[in-house]
Amino acid sequence: MADEHDGTAATGNAEAADVTYLPHEKLEEMQLEGVRRTLVNCYEHIPFYKRSFDEAGFDPYHLASLDDLTNAPFVTKQDLRDAAPYGMLAVPLSDVREIHMSSGTTGVATLGAYTQHDLDFWADCFARGIRYAGGGANDVVQVAYGYGLFTGGLGAHYGALASGATVIPTSAGNTERQIRILREMGTTILCCTPSYAMHIADTALEMGLDPSRDFHLKAGIHGAEPFSDNFRAELERKLDYKVLDIYGLTETMGPGVACECLEQDGLHLAEDHFFAEIIDPATGKRLPDGEWGELVLTTLDREASPVVRYRTRDITRILPGECPCGCTHKRIDRLHGRTDDMLIIRGVNVFPSQIEDVMKTFDQVSSWYQIEVGTDERSLDVVTLKAEANPDFDFDQTGAIEALQRQISARLKTDLSVGIKVRIVEPKSISRSTGKAKRVIDTRKGIK
Amino acid sequence: MMIKQISVFLENDKGRLAALCRCLADAGVNMSALSIADTPEYGLVRIVCNEADKAKAALDAAGYRARVTKVTAVAVPNRPGGLAELLETLDDADISVEYGYCFSHQDGNAIFALKVTDSAQAAEAVFAIERAGFQILEEGELD
Repeated sequence: MADEHDGTAATGNAEAADVTYLPHEKLEEMQLEGVRRTLVNCYEHIPFYKRSFDEAGFDPYHLASLDDLTNAPFVTKQDLRDAAPYGMLAVPLSDVREIHMSSGTTGVATLGAYTQHDLDFWADCFARGIRYAGGGANDVVQVAYGYGLFTGGLGAHYGALASGATVIPTSAGNTERQIRILREMGTTILCCTPSYAMHIADTALEMGLDPSRDFHLKAGIHGAEPFSDNFRAELERKLDYKVLDIYGLTETMGPGVACECLEQDGLHLAEDHFFAEIIDPATGKRLPDGEWGELVLTTLDREASPVVRYRTRDITRILPGECPCGCTHKRIDRLHGRTDDMLIIRGVNVFPSQIEDVMKTFDQVSSWYQIEVGTDERSLDVVTLKAEANPDFDFDQTGAIEALQRQISARLKTDLSVGIKVRIVEPKSISRSTGKAKRVIDTRKGIK
Repeated sequence: MMIKQISVFLENDKGRLAALCRCLADAGVNMSALSIADTPEYGLVRIVCNEADKAKAALDAAGYRARVTKVTAVAVPNRPGGLAELLETLDDADISVEYGYCFSHQDGNAIFALKVTDSAQAAEAVFAIERAGFQILEEGELD
């Protein structure tokens, strides 16, 4: 067993257990060392970083503090794509043991390469998610994420192995067989996407099963897609277990970059492997803890595919304060959408999800909405939120609609610092598509 | 002492009212009254018809936001001052009217459908109206 205070070479489960309880100052020391190592590694082995640091006049050899990392340029998904397939490798291909690729739904796939060390700490990070769920050697983990290039399946698989649990690698699909295994093999932890978990739950109920009696689930680790609190509550009710979120991305590792604990109040970042910043996506400025912005990640000990200040395009915030679970690693909030969805209204960044949060506090309206952005005769941005009234809203009262519109508008003004006109509209006048709803219509000139 | 009324939330847009009426027609609903409270953006359409629940079901199925609400229907004598006397009666009793609209009945009388602002005063309103000699109509008396 290694020195319990030394978390710098976290390769085994016991060490990882300790590193999640390290005092934060100690973690920050490790992070500074790790960032320094990554800067030099990238500069010396990846032509992209040499060019990018030199152009920005950034010196990778003398980083005085983690705050000074704000002087380093960002790396974007496009940069990674441009360097595909092997341009971002920091080690010879002979040292690479495994390669994964991002789903590539938004363009050319980006590649994640792993040395044995990289695979080991990935397994360790995912294993934390299982441990936070109360899982370990006595658990049976069913991995119903797709196995393959997608990091979900094998990431969960390696994590479950590292946690000491028994793994059943069902991969995704064949739902009735998943259900049979859940029932007969005594699965205690289910790893899959949240939407697939819901499909499994609904299918089990249709088959006449009672999950609280027929299954032995205690937790589900469901990542790769954002899901709402209501969705979580529904899943927990249907399958009688705890639903925990997990975050990750192929560009920095895969699932396990951050894992939710049983407090269900934010996801603990693996701060011994990643240094996280939150920036204003419009200006690139670093934001203090508690403020919403884009998550930017720097790897600390990734060998094959290190990144410096990778812009994830995911919107979250660092939750201030300590978690009652005892883990000292900072938490990120559950994802709040992507920067691609962000609107800039009169200079203020607005995410559709923030508007959604406000609407959720009003029982009188449904979750269907549309935001229209245009300009008035003085070329100022004008935003109108169209919302549908719920069937039990008593609009027959004189002034009831105006009052509701005013209340929602006032709340938006308080929470978002932007004046938004609210209009209650007829049901179904907001188009519903089977896929993603068209939430934003931006008619301003020069805006894509 | 109330009759059922259908309230429909409609966007103030070309063809919306026509579509609403067609929807009710297709459901075999016959209207005896229709009033519109309009704003530049939307309108509230209030309808008295022969089968309120059937109308509501048809509107729900067609995706309208419709509610069944209750209003008081009062027969108003067909002569100058008929409605003024009714409203003065309510005013004297300190009862304010949220909204109201008139329509004619086949017996020659006019009918005033009204909703009092404070629903706790509804019974008091009925009492005051009847004491003043007006006739309040029940569901079914309108057909």
